[in-house]
Amino acid sequence: MAGLSFDLIALQLFAGLALGAIYVLFAIGLSLIFGMLTVVNFAHGAFYMVGAYVGLYLISIGGNFWICLVAVPIAIGLFGLAVERVLIRPLYGRGIDYPLLLTFGLSYVMVECVRIAFGKTGYPFDTPEVLQGAVDIGVGYFPLYRLFVIGATAVVLLALWLFLEKTSFGLIIRAGARDPQIVRVLGVDVSKVWLIVFGIGTAIAGFAGLLAAPLQGVIPEMGGTILAEAFVVTVVGGMGSIGGAVLAGLLVGVVVSMTSLFAPEMAKVSIFALMAVVLIVRPQGFFGRAGLMS
Amino acid sequence: MTETTQSIKQPGAATGGWYEFATRHRASIVAAIILVFPLVMPFTALAVNILIYGLYALGFNLVFGYLGLLSFGHAALFGTGAYLCGIAIVHFGWPWYAAIAVGVGGGLLMALLIGVLAIRTRGIYFAMVTMALSQCVYYLFYQAVDLTGGENGLRGINVRNIDLFGLRIDFINPIVRYYVIAAFVIAAFVVMSRILASPFGAVIEAVRENEKRARASGYDVTLTRLLTFVLSGGFCGLAGALQALHLSIVPIEILHYETSGLVVMIALLGGMGTFFGPMIGAAVFLVLENVVSVWTVHWQLIVGAIFIACVLFFPAGIWGTLVARGRR
Amino acid sequence: MTNKVTKAGSISRRRLLTTASAGAALAVSPFRINLLQAEEAPIKIGFPVPLTGPYGAEAQDQVRAGQLAVAQFNDAGGLNGRKAELVVRDDKLNPGEAATRTLELVEKEKVNFVVGSLSAAVQLAINNVTKERGVIFNSISQSDAINEAADFSKYTFHEALNPHMTSGAVGRYAFAKFGKKVAFLTADYAYGHEMVRGFLEVGKEFNVENLGDIRHPLGTTDFSTLLPRLQALKPDILCISNFGRDQQIALKQATDFGIKKSIQIIAPLLSHASRVAAGPQAFEGVVGGCSFYWGIEDKFASTKAFNDAFRKMYDGKLPTDYGALGYGGVRTVLEAVKGAGSVETDKVVAALEALKYDDYKGPQYYRKCDHQSVQSVLVIKSKSKDMRNESDVFEVLSTEEPNEKYLRTCEALGHKS
Repeated sequence: MAGLSFDLIALQLFAGLALGAIYVLFAIGLSLIFGMLTVVNFAHGAFYMVGAYVGLYLISIGGNFWICLVAVPIAIGLFGLAVERVLIRPLYGRGIDYPLLLTFGLSYVMVECVRIAFGKTGYPFDTPEVLQGAVDIGVGYFPLYRLFVIGATAVVLLALWLFLEKTSFGLIIRAGARDPQIVRVLGVDVSKVWLIVFGIGTAIAGFAGLLAAPLQGVIPEMGGTILAEAFVVTVVGGMGSIGGAVLAGLLVGVVVSMTSLFAPEMAKVSIFALMAVVLIVRPQGFFGRAGLMS
Repeated sequence: MTETTQSIKQPGAATGGWYEFATRHRASIVAAIILVFPLVMPFTALAVNILIYGLYALGFNLVFGYLGLLSFGHAALFGTGAYLCGIAIVHFGWPWYAAIAVGVGGGLLMALLIGVLAIRTRGIYFAMVTMALSQCVYYLFYQAVDLTGGENGLRGINVRNIDLFGLRIDFINPIVRYYVIAAFVIAAFVVMSRILASPFGAVIEAVRENEKRARASGYDVTLTRLLTFVLSGGFCGLAGALQALHLSIVPIEILHYETSGLVVMIALLGGMGTFFGPMIGAAVFLVLENVVSVWTVHWQLIVGAIFIACVLFFPAGIWGTLVARGRR
Repeated sequence: MTNKVTKAGSISRRRLLTTASAGAALAVSPFRINLLQAEEAPIKIGFPVPLTGPYGAEAQDQVRAGQLAVAQFNDAGGLNGRKAELVVRDDKLNPGEAATRTLELVEKEKVNFVVGSLSAAVQLAINNVTKERGVIFNSISQSDAINEAADFSKYTFHEALNPHMTSGAVGRYAFAKFGKKVAFLTADYAYGHEMVRGFLEVGKEFNVENLGDIRHPLGTTDFSTLLPRLQALKPDILCISNFGRDQQIALKQATDFGIKKSIQIIAPLLSHASRVAAGPQAFEGVVGGCSFYWGIEDKFASTKAFNDAFRKMYDGKLPTDYGALGYGGVRTVLEAVKGAGSVETDKVVAALEALKYDDYKGPQYYRKCDHQSVQSVLVIKSKSKDMRNESDVFEVLSTEEPNEKYLRTCEALGHKS
C-alpha cells in the first residue's frame, strides 16, 4: 500500500464523515417514523429521490440552491403528510407488515412517476458556484461542498434536538417513542402526532436527497441503494433512536471509508455483515428499545 | 363455525360445499389446472415461469402465510437452489436429476444456516436480518466468479435430452419442457398439501395464532419455526433448480433483494396462508407484467398501484378475498 | 424418494394422454394454418433490448436504427419480395428476463434471427438460449466473454467492439502522449477487469508503470473515499474503467476533487448518452474510445448515407453510437440473407463469415474463429464549445484502423485452430 500516511487517513476520515452525514439525515427520518409509528417506511428512498428532483425542477424554473434548501423539505414534508393521511392511516392496527408492504408498493409507483415526468436517464446537478472547488483543510484538499454537507447536517441535527428537547410537541414525541400506550392514555391525539412525525421524517429525507444531488447527479433509482444501506444504520443505531441514528450513521460512513482504504470490494459486504451481527447479538442496536416485536 | 353457517344459510350451502371440495382435493385441482395451462398462456416459457414462481411463492407462503413471519431474504434460498443445480451440471457434469436434488439440498441447507441465525428475532427484525443475510449470500456468490460467473451469470446449463426409463425426451421442445417441470411442481404441491394437513401443519398454524399458548401446550416454538423455514427452503430450492434448467442460465440478479421483494408481492397478491394463493398470485403478476409491458414501458407504475390497492383493500389477496366472499 | 418414483410413473401415463390430446388440439387449431403459411411469412428478427431501466434511451436508439435497416432492406425489394420485420422485446436489462424473452421469440414468434442486448450478462444469456436452438445471434454491445470458446458457437456473432479493443486503442493513444505513470479506478466486475487487462497489455509495449488498481463495487455513488488515495499516488494518467452511471458519477466527483488539474483522465468507452446525462463539466478533458460518432461522415460515404437516412426517418435526429450498432447488427444479417439467397441458418452463417461490409463507419468483416467484427475504434474527447448542433458533443482525436492484431488471439480465447 503505497503512501499510507497520517494525512491520507485523516482525509479518508473526513470523507467518511461527509458520507456519513447523508446517511445520518436519511436514517433519522427512518428511525423517527419507526419509533413513533412502528412503520418501516420502504418508500423513504423514494422521498429522498423526489427531494432531489424537486430541487432540480425549482432550479430549472429560475430558483437557486439556497431557496431549495428551504422549499424542498417543506414540499416533501407536505407530500409526506398526504401519504400518511391517505395511505398509511387506514392500516394502523392491522399488523406491522402492512404499512411496510404498502410503502414498498408506493416506492415503485413514485419511482415510475418520476421516470414519466423527468425521463429515465437522469440529470447532472451542478454544485452551487459559491461551494465549488476544494479547500486545504490542513491534511490535504477537500471539496468545499462536502464540508457544507457536514455543516448543513449539523445544523439540521441541532434544530431537531432543540425541537425535541425544548418544545412540548417534542416532549410528546419523545414520550411516544418511549411508551406509546401511556401517551394515548394521557389523552394525546396520537394520530395527529403520527401525521406530523411522518411529515418531518420525510421532509428530512427530501432534504438529504437535495444535499446528495450535487454529489452524484439525480436518477430515478437513486433511492434504492441508500435505502438498503440506511437500514443498516437504523438497525445498528437502534430503531426509534435519534442519537443511535446519528452515531451509527457516522460509524457506517467511516467504516465504508476505511474499508475502502484496504479492500474496497469488501466495503458493501462489511456493512451488511455488521448489520447481521448486530441483529443477532444485540437486536436493539446501540440505543433502541429492547424487546421490540410485532 | 363453518357448520353453523352452512346449516343456517341453505342457499349458501352450495358455496360452502364448493369450498370444502376444493380444500379436500386441492392438490388434484392444482394438477389439473397445471396440465391444461400452456394452452391458455401467450407462450410456453411464460407458463413455465408461472409454475416456477408459483412454487417459489408456495415455499415462501409456508413461512409468511402459515407461520406468520415476514422474510425479506427468500431470494437466497431460491438463488442457492438455482446456482447449485447449475454448478453441478456445468462444473461437475452431473446428470439432471442429481442436479435437481443438489438444488433442493442447497435450499434446505441455506435455509438452515440463515434460519439458525435469524429465528430468534421476531417481527420487523426478522425481516431485516433475513434481508441482511441474503445480501451477504449475494456478495458471496458474486465474488465466487470461477464457480458462478459473477456478474455475467452462470451459463451453459444445457440439458438437451432427458433419459427416463429408456425413453429419450427432448428437453428443448417447449411443450415437453413444460410438462417435465410441471411434473416436479405438481409433486411439490402434493408434498405441501400433505405437510399442511399433517399434525405438524396444525402446529405451524397454532404458533402463528398464539405463540404463548402453543408453547404452553408443550410445543417447541423455536424448533417449529426453524423446521418450517428449512422446509420452505427446500421448496424454494427446487423452484430455483427448475429455473436454472428452464432458462439454461442463472443470473446473479436472482440473489438480489428485489427477487425477495418479488415473492412477497406475489404471495400477498394471491393470498397469504391459502393453498391456491401463491400460484394465482404468480399467474396474475406475471401475466399482468407481460401484458402491461406490451402496452406501456411504465408497467412498474401499474404493478405498484395494484399492489397498493391490494394492501389497502384486499389484504387477503385475490384468492383469499374470493374465499371470504364465497364463505359468506 | 419412493413417492417420486410412483408419482413419475403415474404422471408419465397422464402426461402421454395430455400431450396427445394437446397435440390433437394443436393439429386442428389455427396454429396449423400458420405453419402452412410460413413460406410467405416475413423474415423475423428478434430484438431484445432494455427499453425499461437506466439505459432506455440507448435502447430506443437501437430500436430506431434497427428499424431503419429493416426499412431499407424492404424498400430494396427484400429477399425476392419477402420482407423483413423487427420483433422488439423489452429485456429490462435482466439476464433472466432476456432468456425468457428469447425463448418467446424463438419458440412462439419463430424468429429467424436474434439481434440485440445492451449488457454483457444479458448478451451471454441470450446467446446461451439461441445457440442451444441453432438460431443466429448478433450481439450489439460490449463483452470480452462472448468471444471466448466457452460461450461461443457458430451461431454467435459480435458486431460491437469488445473491451480489449477499446482499451487497446485508447491506451495506445494515451500512453504515447500523456505519460508513463498510470493509476486505475475500476468497477469490480467482469467488464471492468476486461478493460484493465486490455490497458495493461498495451501498457507493456509502452513500458508504463502501474501505480495501482483500486476496485469499486458496481453501483458506487460515492468515490470520495477512493479519490484521495488515487491522488496520493501521483499518476500522469488516471484510467477510470466503468460504465453508465458509475462512470458519470466517478467523472463528476473526480472533477470536484480537482483531479483534472494535474492528471489526465482516460476511459475505455465514452458513450453519447452518458455524456448528455453527465453534462459537459464532468466529461471535460476526458479522453476515451467509442465505436461510432456521426461526425465521421466527412470521412466515409457510408456514414453520411446512414446519417442522412436516419435524419430523414426520424425528424432530423442524428444516430448515436448504440444506434449505429443496432443498425449494423441488423443490416449485416439481412445482407447475409440476401447474399445466401435464403434464411437457412447454415447458409446465412457462411454468408456472414464471408461478408465484407461498409455499412456505417468504414470497412468491417467478421473474424472466422470468434465471429468478432474487425472494425475501427475512434479515440474521442468531449466537446463543449463550437458545437455544430446539439449532438456535436465529441471531437475525434484519432482513429485506430481495423486490424486483427488489436484483437485477442484466437488461441488466447480458447479456440482450437
